[in-house]
Amino acid sequence: MLKLMKIALRNLLRYHRRTLLTASLIAIGVTFVLVFISASGAFKNLMIGQITDSMLGHIQVHRRGYMASIDSLPLNLNLEPGAMNKLEEALASTPGITAVSQRIKFPGMLSNFMETTNIRINGVYPERETTAVPLLPGRVKKGSPQLREGELFVPELLAAGMKLKVGDPVVIIATNRDGSVNGRQFKVGAVIESVTGPGGRDGYMHIEDAREVLRMETLEISEVTLRVQNFSKLNETAEQLRANLSGETDKQGRPLFDVRTWEDLSPFSNVARMIDVMSFFIRLMLIAIVLVAVMNVMIMAVFERIREIGTIAAIGTKPGRILSLFLIEGLLLGIFGTGAGILLAGMATFVINAANISFNFGRQVGLVLSPRLEPGQILIVAAIVILVSTAAALQPAFRASRMEPVDALRHV
Amino acid sequence: MSLIVTQDICKTYRTGEVAVEALKSVSFTIEPKSFVSFVGPSGSGKTTLLNLIGCLDRPTSGTLEVAGIHISRLNRKKAAAFRGSHLGFIFQDFNLIPVLSVYENVEYPLLMVQNIPGSERRKRVLHMLDAVGMTDQKDKYPDHISGGQKQRVAVARALVTKPPLILADEPTANLDSQTAFKVIDLMHHMRDEFGATFVFSTHDRKIVRSVETIYSLTDGRINTHASLSSQGGNDA
Repeated sequence: MLKLMKIALRNLLRYHRRTLLTASLIAIGVTFVLVFISASGAFKNLMIGQITDSMLGHIQVHRRGYMASIDSLPLNLNLEPGAMNKLEEALASTPGITAVSQRIKFPGMLSNFMETTNIRINGVYPERETTAVPLLPGRVKKGSPQLREGELFVPELLAAGMKLKVGDPVVIIATNRDGSVNGRQFKVGAVIESVTGPGGRDGYMHIEDAREVLRMETLEISEVTLRVQNFSKLNETAEQLRANLSGETDKQGRPLFDVRTWEDLSPFSNVARMIDVMSFFIRLMLIAIVLVAVMNVMIMAVFERIREIGTIAAIGTKPGRILSLFLIEGLLLGIFGTGAGILLAGMATFVINAANISFNFGRQVGLVLSPRLEPGQILIVAAIVILVSTAAALQPAFRASRMEPVDALRHV
Repeated sequence: MSLIVTQDICKTYRTGEVAVEALKSVSFTIEPKSFVSFVGPSGSGKTTLLNLIGCLDRPTSGTLEVAGIHISRLNRKKAAAFRGSHLGFIFQDFNLIPVLSVYENVEYPLLMVQNIPGSERRKRVLHMLDAVGMTDQKDKYPDHISGGQKQRVAVARALVTKPPLILADEPTANLDSQTAFKVIDLMHHMRDEFGATFVFSTHDRKIVRSVETIYSLTDGRINTHASLSSQGGNDA
């Protein structure tokens, strides 16, 4: 086998310009694909990180039916203490969850004593919330990132519209579950960056304050936000949690809980899917490039070496060996091209990182693109290219092995 | 037992509607360790005959036995195995593999065809290179040696597997007359040293002075047969 590889290598080097050209074409294709995958992957991960870590969390659990009415943030679909106990038991037996944050969500009116606007309030335990959505303190534009009782975090769009500053008194008015209206004065603790999408009007207060505004005697939770340890195993963790909760039903026998990952909750998941689809098509293009380039070279090689094939066949080389010789040439072309492509992609990634390319996404500005070549992606691309280049040599190799020696020797 | 026995072999080539009879009912036998030449002008059927004996082509009719094996109907794989174990080839254009050195060219059939172990392989290649006087050129590539030297390497490659039969199709056609004589003498000497049967074709009667048996071919038939020494073969 090694000797066969040596002969194949020398055959490739015999036509060194052609070999170099083909290997370069493969290398450029591999480089392009790897850089695209790493850059688009970095963009996707950055966006997902922004979305999940700013507000959404990785997984959310609601009472079934809550999501259908989420626009009105219905208090009558909150999780009551009994349901919460069941959920906490299920969470405890689900591995891979690193943070849990309970939220009371309700619609309210925000007044600065001069004018009033609507606001969506999240009543949270500040420490739990920042472990589940660690970018929340980073969203604080003005004021202290520490959320205290009696304080309100106001989204900057509302703050700007109502000319609110940190320390200003405001009133929150909300309709309770029984239909009565209650109000309470707060101090603006911080102005926070508004997130893109429906969360743009979301403000924060301490969960005990929320209970007081809503006159909630026993704690009822609207939403439980979870953070997982390994994001790549998010779906497995969600499935495990669903399985753990599958036995919990309401009085009508319907499932009590609704477990959703960020993909089910954010419209950006479609963009992320588009990026994956684009990566797939880019890979298809690479396959086409490699297939055409290698097949072309190998057809030429067989055509130019017909007499040589006749000679080795006449000497007694079995058809299988002749087939192997040409397949190995295709394989080596793939290996050289891939190796060079990976090196080039590594360099290109280094340059992109060194260039500190930043961009804006929605209201987030100055996000830095940090592409990284993942070993898994490199292995997949390398395996595809090497397999395809070998497969591309199959037809010419088969043709060479099936040649009649007498015809091949006669070829001029 | 005769090494080659042919009985009424015919070979017809078809090109569209046209049929060309390259060989017409050719019969002969060749004994082991003989030195035989088929002589005739271009188109007389010499190469066709050698291709049939060499298991590179199949006769249209007739029987052909080499080393006790009926080779006319061997499949592709068995024919390759037969050639690898029983035959050595010397070509008009030398047909050395350009990417292999002189040493590697001679080594090729031992390595890729017969799978001979390394130490034995090396011993046999060096012995053969010494026998053809090419030891000092062993690291050179075919592009860097003369035509006569290439044919010496081809002789070594043909003999290195110790086949009972060496077939040479116009082995001197691309050589000057002095080199041609040297190559024929070398082949003769190799026959004496290694005991292989040499069968070659030529259109040049001058170079067959050391040949023991000559078959003269014209238009696909054997016309004359001359045995020039006691080691020659029999006619048809």
